[in-house]
Amino acid sequence: MYNAPLIFDRRKFLKLAGRGLVVAFVLKDYLSFAGETPQPGSPMAPPGEVGAWIHIGEDGLTSVYTGKVEFGQNIRTSLSQIVAEELKLPVSSITMIMGDTDLVPYDAGTFGSRTTPQMGTQLRKAAVTAREALIELAAKNWDVSISGLIAENGMIVNSATGQRIGYGGLTKGQQILRTISDNVPVIVAKDWKVAGKSLPKVDGRLFISGKHLYVSDMHVPDMLYGKVLRPPSYNATLVTADVSKAQAMPGVTVVQDGEFIGVVAPDVVAAGKGLQLIDASWEEKTGQPSTANIFDYLVKNASGENNERGSENTKGNVEMGLKESDFQLSQTYHINYIAHVPLEPRAALAEWVDGKLTVWTGTQRPFGVQDDLAVFFKLNKEKVRVIVPDTGSGYGGKHSGEAAVEAARLAQVVKKPVKIVWTREEEFTWAYFRPAGVIKATAGVKKDGTITSWKFVNYNSGSAGLDTQYTTSNKQIAHLPSKTPLRQGSYRALASTGNVFARECHMTDLARLIKMDQLDFRLKNMDDDRFKAVLQAAAKAFRWNGPKASGHGYGIAGGFEKGGHVATCAEVLVNEDKEVKVLRVTQAFECGAIVNPHHLENQIMGAIIQGLGGALFEKIDFSSGKILNSSLSAYRVPRFSDVPKIEVLLINREDLPSAGAGEAGIIGIAPAIRNAILDATGTGLTVLPMIPNGTLTTDKY
Amino acid sequence: MVLDVNGVKHQITADPDVALLNVLRNQLGLTGSKYGCGEGACGACTVLVNGKPVHACITPISNAAGKEITTIEGLEGNGKLHAVQEAFLAVDVFQCSYCASGMIMSAVALLNSNSSPSEAAILKAMNGNICRCGTYPFIVKAIKLASKS
Ligand code: FES
Ligand code: FES
Repeated sequence: MYNAPLIFDRRKFLKLAGRGLVVAFVLKDYLSFAGETPQPGSPMAPPGEVGAWIHIGEDGLTSVYTGKVEFGQNIRTSLSQIVAEELKLPVSSITMIMGDTDLVPYDAGTFGSRTTPQMGTQLRKAAVTAREALIELAAKNWDVSISGLIAENGMIVNSATGQRIGYGGLTKGQQILRTISDNVPVIVAKDWKVAGKSLPKVDGRLFISGKHLYVSDMHVPDMLYGKVLRPPSYNATLVTADVSKAQAMPGVTVVQDGEFIGVVAPDVVAAGKGLQLIDASWEEKTGQPSTANIFDYLVKNASGENNERGSENTKGNVEMGLKESDFQLSQTYHINYIAHVPLEPRAALAEWVDGKLTVWTGTQRPFGVQDDLAVFFKLNKEKVRVIVPDTGSGYGGKHSGEAAVEAARLAQVVKKPVKIVWTREEEFTWAYFRPAGVIKATAGVKKDGTITSWKFVNYNSGSAGLDTQYTTSNKQIAHLPSKTPLRQGSYRALASTGNVFARECHMTDLARLIKMDQLDFRLKNMDDDRFKAVLQAAAKAFRWNGPKASGHGYGIAGGFEKGGHVATCAEVLVNEDKEVKVLRVTQAFECGAIVNPHHLENQIMGAIIQGLGGALFEKIDFSSGKILNSSLSAYRVPRFSDVPKIEVLLINREDLPSAGAGEAGIIGIAPAIRNAILDATGTGLTVLPMIPNGTLTTDKY
Repeated sequence: MVLDVNGVKHQITADPDVALLNVLRNQLGLTGSKYGCGEGACGACTVLVNGKPVHACITPISNAAGKEITTIEGLEGNGKLHAVQEAFLAVDVFQCSYCASGMIMSAVALLNSNSSPSEAAILKAMNGNICRCGTYPFIVKAIKLASKS
């Protein structure tokens, strides 16, 4: 049965909930199994089966428990809106309890744009179930039928008699537990009154007055500060370490456990000094790949066997298709490693009390980090609590718990709470990167614009966005994993930042071969109406067919990911000195019914601006196991002066379920700019980033 | 050494070359000013020293001693937000908000020296501050709003 990772711990749940009404989103079976110990190796939760609890206390206060975490997506606000809508409550009376493994039901993590479609949907159903339960309770209370009763502003109202009673008064000291049935009637988007509105960020005032405590800001009594000794390069091994000078500093403890050496001190300056006083010698591994040879390395080390992802990615015969075509185009695209650069670096505060470990840390996977800690310290999971306060962003870059483990190791030895805040250099060097990749695309097209063949092979960077979203009768799509010399992992929209770039470059180049407009060529080859709608909307607002001055170029690109449909138009100016300036961007975006238009616009705007960095100049430079640009003065991210004029068009499809918005917004900008540069100059760039030095060069990677 | 922070004088015992950000955050508990880079490249630590914006992460306390230091915590008066904070709240600018304190302090400094800055002047004054979430257009909007009030 569905038990293990979901850990429906009935005791924890009931104790926590206290008296009042509780609605849990769990399968009914769950509750009956709840008292039993989970079996090791039990199946994982089915993907749709995300836990969430809503509790309405006797005081009428409503608490929502979810394992999702707030990293700037403003889901504390949007999820509150969804619950408020269905429960007929003001948003201000809802408290979101998020990302605390002791309090909330299991959740796999906050990534993949799943919060809105999955957690949002389940909270919506939980809220409806709660509303219906409250109506039933009121009917019983007044001994009337439920038909004339409605929920309104935290009260159940009898519309016939005008009688009303607050939610909190209905439970009368009992504990009432309901599970959700899947078929509850939710309020359709066109009737939304609270959802669908641009409500301001919950707790906004705390954030603009510096009062919100991020993990890096936290302080608990007796807390000490930790620092960890890092190797000079990847794969270096420690030969000797003389820690005596550091150890001799007053108040300083050096913790040594194999190659792990940490310094703990009463203040952060002393911890840093202690670290400097450690005299360590390392044996470095020579001959590791570098930026100069990374792409050859990835291709050479790609897994030999053909890793096509399922038969849906192979259709017809690409060789035959090429023969049928009038024009063929083969091109190789190169995608560099880039860094997430969350403005708050990794941080953790760890505390051991009576054998129980509590760690506050900014991770997108609180339960994953709880697992990591339990394994590392050989503890039962109940002995590990991970708490994630609202965090200074992640963009897919904080799935892991490095700082959590480090702080817990140090705290265990010194027997006091220890806080670790990574430096920017550590964040650049010891976190993980968006993968680099090589993408080889070969396509054939007929004069009339029919794509007869599409072959697309990605080395290393990943399979998200790999398949073409245009029609073709012959295609072959593959992702070949390779050996990566740098630690790589998740990123906003994953590998589709690279795959969509290559695909959309290739599409525009094919259009040019047959002298067809790049927008018309796309429209001719698509059968997805939502994709078509965003392309047309973006082109219209952008004035795609409008006049353009010399040196100016227009480009278009788009795609869809996880229910988010995006189309991006860009205008660039390339002057005589070959300086490239992105002048304006119009992006249309559609992800179903919009829960909070302002916050959605902000996400999309942010995705465009972040995408601009990876498009133009962001790139990790490395050589033989060392990151060469591990600082914000050396690794350039977009700033105020880089931002073009941006117009965001949101298409609200009230007839469709709300999808996530954090990711797809990033995929169109790089290829749109590239296609605009091509339009302006005839130069088709194939390397991300495209303009690391500000001017157009035809240099290869 | 005495540091005058938000109108309160604090006796500090620390090396004179210790960064002001360190002392603010770890000794005075004023954690509104953030660490983002430690090298003056992101603006997350921006505070005002005698009204001028400085990067607290690269300002030794000896340079700030005896001067008037204002942090984000010092902007509010009697529980009332500063007009610039009000404008940022009204525009609902931020995502993760980690950049917020530095942005607001830089904006306050700008508006103190130029009460109705042009768009170009805003971009120039703010260019040292990074918002990795990319909320820049909303920040500009909030500064324009504040400049009107
Ligand atoms: S932390 Fe001071 S400028 Fe970045
Ligand atoms: S809102 Fe996240 S860094 Fe600015």
